[in-house]
Amino acid sequence: MHIVILGNGIAGITAARHIRKLSDHRITVISGESDYFFSRPALMYIYMGHMKKEHTEPYERWFWKKNRIELHKGWVEQVVPEKKRLIFADGSEMHYDKLLLATGSRPNKFGWPGQDLDGVHGFYSLQDLEAIEYHSKNLQQAVIVGGGLIGIELAEMFRSRNIPVIFLVREKSYWDMVLPPEESEMINRHIREHHIDLRLETELKEIWGDEQGKAKMVVTSKGDKIRCGFVGLTAGVHPNVDFLRLSSLEIDRGILVDEYLQTNIEDIYAAGDCVQLRKPPAGRRPIEAVWYVGRMMGETAAYNLCGQARKYEPGTWFNSAKFLDIEYQVYGQLTAHIPEEQATIYWEHSKEKKSLRIAYDKRTRAVKGFLSMGLRLRHLQCEAWIQSETPVDKVLQNLKAANFDPEFFPDWSKEPAKLI
Amino acid sequence: MNGIQKTGIALFLLAFLVFTMSLSLSNFILDAKVAGQQFDDYQRPFVLSALRQMEGRSYSRVFSFMRDYDRALKVAQEAIAQDVKNNLGLTPSDGAYWSKILKDDKIKSSHFPVTKASAQGFLPENSRLFFWLSIGLGVLGGLMFILPMRRLPEGIKNNGIYHSSLHARGILGIALGIWLIAFYVLLYFYPEYLVNWAIMVDPLSRFLNGGEASQWFLYGFLYTLAILVMGLRMMIKYRHNNYQLLRTGSVMFFQLCFAFLLPQIMTLLHLPSADLKNIWPLDYSFFFEYRIKHLLSSGYFGLFLLVWGVVLIVVAVPVLTYFFGKRWYCSWVCGCGGLAETMGDPFRQLSSKKLIAWKIERWLIHGVLVFAVVMTALVLYTYFSGQSRMLFLDSYQVRHWYGVLIGSIFAGVVGTGFYPLMGNRVWCRFGCPLAAYLGLVQRFKSRFRITTNGGQCISCGNCSTYCEMGIDVRWYAQRGENIVRASCVGCGICAAVCPRGVLKLENSGEVRFAEE
Ligand SMILES: Cc1cc2nc3c(=O)[nH]c(=O)nc-3n(C[C@H](O)[C@H](O)[C@H](O)COP(=O)(O)OP(=O)(O)OC[C@H]3O[C@@H](n4cnc5c(N)ncnc54)[C@H](O)[C@@H]3O)c2cc1C
Ligand code: SF4
Repeated sequence: MHIVILGNGIAGITAARHIRKLSDHRITVISGESDYFFSRPALMYIYMGHMKKEHTEPYERWFWKKNRIELHKGWVEQVVPEKKRLIFADGSEMHYDKLLLATGSRPNKFGWPGQDLDGVHGFYSLQDLEAIEYHSKNLQQAVIVGGGLIGIELAEMFRSRNIPVIFLVREKSYWDMVLPPEESEMINRHIREHHIDLRLETELKEIWGDEQGKAKMVVTSKGDKIRCGFVGLTAGVHPNVDFLRLSSLEIDRGILVDEYLQTNIEDIYAAGDCVQLRKPPAGRRPIEAVWYVGRMMGETAAYNLCGQARKYEPGTWFNSAKFLDIEYQVYGQLTAHIPEEQATIYWEHSKEKKSLRIAYDKRTRAVKGFLSMGLRLRHLQCEAWIQSETPVDKVLQNLKAANFDPEFFPDWSKEPAKLI
Repeated sequence: MNGIQKTGIALFLLAFLVFTMSLSLSNFILDAKVAGQQFDDYQRPFVLSALRQMEGRSYSRVFSFMRDYDRALKVAQEAIAQDVKNNLGLTPSDGAYWSKILKDDKIKSSHFPVTKASAQGFLPENSRLFFWLSIGLGVLGGLMFILPMRRLPEGIKNNGIYHSSLHARGILGIALGIWLIAFYVLLYFYPEYLVNWAIMVDPLSRFLNGGEASQWFLYGFLYTLAILVMGLRMMIKYRHNNYQLLRTGSVMFFQLCFAFLLPQIMTLLHLPSADLKNIWPLDYSFFFEYRIKHLLSSGYFGLFLLVWGVVLIVVAVPVLTYFFGKRWYCSWVCGCGGLAETMGDPFRQLSSKKLIAWKIERWLIHGVLVFAVVMTALVLYTYFSGQSRMLFLDSYQVRHWYGVLIGSIFAGVVGTGFYPLMGNRVWCRFGCPLAAYLGLVQRFKSRFRITTNGGQCISCGNCSTYCEMGIDVRWYAQRGENIVRASCVGCGICAAVCPRGVLKLENSGEVRFAEE
């Protein structure tokens, strides 16, 4: 059997590895972006000079041959389920017996005037990175639009080369749909300390170009005009599915799949950013464009592709990021929106940028979530507490067990308990 | 980089240039008295008469000075050989024959003191000035570059490393590598070319141990200085990280006090001098008979040193490694580790992470361990039996080759010279027999491990890239596996650079976590 995987990101590659563990099927992985799997979240480090591209590749080159995973570079333009065929941009075709779609995301563009000018870019792919590198030469001013995780990474990248950055954020405070007010405010402060010109409640209105069609000026919703040589569009991503819309696949915002990650067509599955779950598990969203979800879905899809039915069960939500120098971790659904029946305990270090928020159910006192800034929590411990609905009081007493900071770091684990 | 830092770099480069050029700023007129002192009463007249033709001649280069000196000593050597045969009537089968003839080794070891005593002219006359213009100015420039780093926000600042020629094996990195390799070749094999530097540190040597500076004093001094200055850099770079602060403070302390000052003080007090933290088989000559005899003849203190050394090997290494992993030594105490963690830190990313490198590493390092054990076994066999041959092996030959191949070429020339080419732990990773021993304990019987934080890894590769030992940390981290590897020196940098807080060094054995 020939299993073809479209997309060599974390979802596609995890699937390929597990299919190889489970079976002897022929495996082909296709991507138009790069020959080899690399870590997308590491793109920023290539720009900043922490690593070279090759360091972001989790497997050495021999790995693919040894595991008989064929890599094929090329852009697929069309999927024809009726003939079990893929048609490439160069006109060539490929037959599959089973297909996994793991096509990832694309940066959002909201129809801003000037969004397709030269020097206006999203930040998602290697090609985007190359363009950003190209435009960085002699760059006097960069403007970044959209206050999410990728926007702040792009700002950090430019700052690492001392390029002035203006950061336009629509919300009242940085990432405040996700971060509760105190945490969000901490990040606002931190952004400014890094000499990033953070402009809150400010949207992009239009981008003006010069005669050569190159971006030269940004106009904001507040009427400010900002002269700039580069505009980064980082207002979120959406599933990369447009090229599939003409096929018989059922697609809404993403490729619709059941709990076995199967699409409406037999023998076609989907995993990763491009997926929209028809029935997401409790506490999870239908589209979750994060690395870990891609990895878990990839593994689940491998089982299903190999004929071993397995439901996608992602467990307790977790995520992490780094805002410049501040690490962020979250376990459980703990965001800016605290449900009616829950309350939170918030501890913040008096001097340093460290904080911990713990959410719990007001009635049962069962712990619901953890959100930390500037410190490290033990994943399995937090997850175990959440899953076993441990009372928050007990959690506070034993918080040391969840401290994952390096040795000799000042121990904060006694502090939150003092707050109640 | 601000103005102070740029000035600092300029001053450092100037100092570096002065330092390098200063090697050529002497001329040499044979000091026959010192030359005579290098040989015993029997050999001295032959040597002095052969050297007569050099007297009063001024040489502008070490090379030509040494050429004539060696020619003269060849003549002396032959004259002595003739005399031993004809007048003393000894033949190679007589034991006394070997103590009378003039051996090549002896000539070689006279090179440095004779050249040093014979140096004259601009540099020796202005040695203090040059000390300050080179070493002093270099330290000043270095500090001016390093100290302002405090003003950057705390956190991981590896910006630009792979854009830097020096740090990413570009022209500058290769040039520095060549400079360091040349330095080590001269230091170990042709120290007579480095006498000007030794002259610059003579006052310090006299102050500390009452004697003239040998090449080893010079080396120890530069080594310690490098660890202190670059240790400061390390501490500023990781000032948000207590583990790094303590660890760096520890290697600086052990280098300054244990490796550098204490042995000088012991010498000053006429005690046998020793680096109390150096452990066999890294200290490969620990069981050589001249050292054992020396210790045994030095009263209680000598006996203490002998017992101390043995206790380190058989008790301290296994017990401490069981509880803390090999890091207690390699990245907290050891001098080689100390240099790697300080001066070598800017080059840590250059170690190869390839699987093939790991394979080579395991063969090499365990090969050296076997070599060291066999060599030492032969030494002890010779010590107790008086025989130098066992099977087909000659005890003296084996230890000679160990010294040249492992002690000098591997540990020195390759180990440090290759910092800018293959990373800062070439010796520790591929060669050090003590690291191999510690590693075996760590791999099979230790509570130390690097634990992985559930599923948080994003496979970014920072941990692997900045692992000086070339461990592909990510390989384990992305599968949620703990890392238990013989080579891990527990520097903790993987945990520091990980942007998602995935890694933690722990002494806890298997990690437990409260289920409730
Ligand atoms: C800058 C950046 C930082 C991020 N940081 C984090 C982070 O810190 N933590 C986190 O959890 N998530 C992070 N993410 C999100 C994370 O990278 C994605 O969720 C993840 O990479 C998605 O993996 P995937 O396998 O689904 O898709 P992708 O990695 O996008 O892989 C899909 C591949 O398929 C190829 N492809 C698509 N269509 C075609 C076609 N028609 N023909 C040929 N090839 C095709 C694409 O070119 C691409 O190479 C980040 C994303 C970005 C852009
Ligand atoms: S640095 Fe951290 S996130 Fe990156 S690969 Fe290593 S363990 Fe994973």
